[in-house]
Amino acid sequence: MSTMIKMVRAFAAVAVVAAAAPALAAGNPPHIERQQWSFAGPFGTYDRAQLQRGFKVYQEVCAACHGLRLVAFRNLAEEGGPSFTEEQAKAIAAEYTVEDGPNDDGDMYERPATLADRFPSPFPNEQAARASNGGAYPPDFSLLAKARAAHRGFPWFVFDAFTQYQEQGPDYIHALLTGYEEAPACLGDEFSGYYNKAFLGGSITEEACKDEHLTGGPIGMAPPLSDELVEYTDGTPMTVDQYSADVAAFMMWAAEPHLEERKKTGFRVMVFLIVFAGLLYFTKKTLWRNVEH
Amino acid sequence: MAGHSNYVPQSAAAKWLESRLPVISLVRGSFVDFPTPKNLNYWWTFGGILFFVLIAQIITGIVLVMHYTPNTMLAFDSVEHIMRDVNFGWLLRYLHSNGASMFFIAVYIHIFRGLYYGSYKAPREISWILGVIIFLIMMGTAFMGYVLPWGQMSFWGATVITNLFSAIPLVGDAIRTWLWGGFAVDNPTLNRFFSLHYLLPFMIFGVVILHVWAFHTTGNNNPSGVQPKSKQDTIPFHPYYTVKDLFAIIVFMILFAWFVFYVPNYMGHPDNYIEANPLSTPAHIVPEWYFLPFYAILRAIPDKLGGVVAMFGAIAILFVLPWLDTSKVRSGTYRPLFKQFFWIFAANCVALGYLGAMPAEGWYVIFSRIFTAYYFAHFLIILPLLGFLEKPRPLPASISEAVLKGGSGTPAGAASAPSTK
Repeated sequence: MSTMIKMVRAFAAVAVVAAAAPALAAGNPPHIERQQWSFAGPFGTYDRAQLQRGFKVYQEVCAACHGLRLVAFRNLAEEGGPSFTEEQAKAIAAEYTVEDGPNDDGDMYERPATLADRFPSPFPNEQAARASNGGAYPPDFSLLAKARAAHRGFPWFVFDAFTQYQEQGPDYIHALLTGYEEAPACLGDEFSGYYNKAFLGGSITEEACKDEHLTGGPIGMAPPLSDELVEYTDGTPMTVDQYSADVAAFMMWAAEPHLEERKKTGFRVMVFLIVFAGLLYFTKKTLWRNVEH
Repeated sequence: MAGHSNYVPQSAAAKWLESRLPVISLVRGSFVDFPTPKNLNYWWTFGGILFFVLIAQIITGIVLVMHYTPNTMLAFDSVEHIMRDVNFGWLLRYLHSNGASMFFIAVYIHIFRGLYYGSYKAPREISWILGVIIFLIMMGTAFMGYVLPWGQMSFWGATVITNLFSAIPLVGDAIRTWLWGGFAVDNPTLNRFFSLHYLLPFMIFGVVILHVWAFHTTGNNNPSGVQPKSKQDTIPFHPYYTVKDLFAIIVFMILFAWFVFYVPNYMGHPDNYIEANPLSTPAHIVPEWYFLPFYAILRAIPDKLGGVVAMFGAIAILFVLPWLDTSKVRSGTYRPLFKQFFWIFAANCVALGYLGAMPAEGWYVIFSRIFTAYYFAHFLIILPLLGFLEKPRPLPASISEAVLKGGSGTPAGAASAPSTK
């Protein structure tokens, strides 16, 4: 019997080792550096000025290729967002043309967008987008901040539930925008694209690169940002790093416009539940005081 | 069930109703006067917690359906419409999607509680089997629900799982086509999954009633595993267990709220925020966390049909568990060897869950095979043998004696949810 128990214990030890072996993972997930976000944590709120700056970067740089089809112009003036005034949001909408119709003659026509419209996409469809971008597809921004994530192996993903780390998307976007590098020499002279050390969609299959421990890979998008590219009037540094953080924050808002309401409601719910649970605990204790159990 | 009630109708209206449909005494007999062992610990509150989660899922689900559109062209955007434009739509949807995970956390704890305390043994076999049926319907419901947002993981998860049926010899391909309603996962598939996703929770509700009926006929199991012998051993369900269960439900709601309000996408996969695209396969297709141990078993077998058989076998084996465990002693508290094997089995399930999330290559495959073999060995070799090899500790004469000795205990080193990611 005792040998059986020993075997069992040995087996349990193997189980623990196996469960804690992220070193077995294949490939090299890019290192995604964590940023400070105003909207992180249980009391997080969006930084209005940052969202407005991020929107400016989006409009002046990204919008040429990337859509924002699920966001409406009215959202720009709604609570918990960039807090443009309704007038400002109307003015922004008026800069865009949308197709409407059919009119009384049965024809489709174009008109300036209103608050009720959603952002028109830069390309009519995926094929058109690819045709204009050398075969690469610039993804829509509406949900991108929730559709991308940093790789979190064991045990980090366990801690994430407790530390409320939900900003993997913006961290990834920031890392990507600041992750452009000279292409590694092992890719060879004929490599003429762009290389990004954080790009999750890129993979390097070249035999010569096998031992280089490279992360990321070739990316279709040219480095979109450079210092001083977008004019900030509030004294915020006009650097690639700052632009990246601002546009990532804006994209997080676009993907999760009710984040502030959610966290605010959450706090009230938590306070209520904890107080209620406390009261119930003492009720239960009093009720059971005469029962041996 | 009504037999436990000493209810005598007082008012004229109650007398009138009771003589025509004895529903008051039925409810009182089942949930008010019902004699319940007095030593049930907090692991027993998960039944009530599960009932709460089922109702919460049904209510949030019914409201979500008012805003959702089951069409491949519109489904993804209609979910985003709920998230963005519907009043408190974000709350409804996060409650519902995280509610599924909460359901599985609670059901896994509930199942492992039954395994530890021998709740599947005579005379509660039918309760146990009905529980396994609930678990199966739950898995089907959760799987089809995950397809409805029509994201990348929805689509590819549905593709992988429905393709499993093609492994069945001779009729496999025909069955797959029949399930799809076409020659690929497409609009007919989404429509029927939506229809069934709405239907199955009500079937779960029905089987839950049978499940409760069965163990209300045999009486609850309890941590000592000894049947109540006298009135001293039991207390009425209300107010003792209504209050205790409510307290546990509220504590569980704190956990639930933590995920809903602070980390609502933690349990999900980022790829499901990308609309389904049949032309682009994700790098790794991973099911929801609660399916991972079974997914690991599926992939551990190098043969497709074998994998499918093993995966369904992993659940099917639970149906015959009451006859595989040869020990006459119910509660693990009095079974020194079983206790150790129980925790190894729990760790084994968590390890399978981890492996299910990893790519099927290299050492992961080898460990998956070892742990899969152990999963089945636990039921087919260890449990049948233990009944003969193990010398159980002496059982208390009654629940009251167990309570006085302090031997009704919670499992040593009681851990959290088995396999929570």
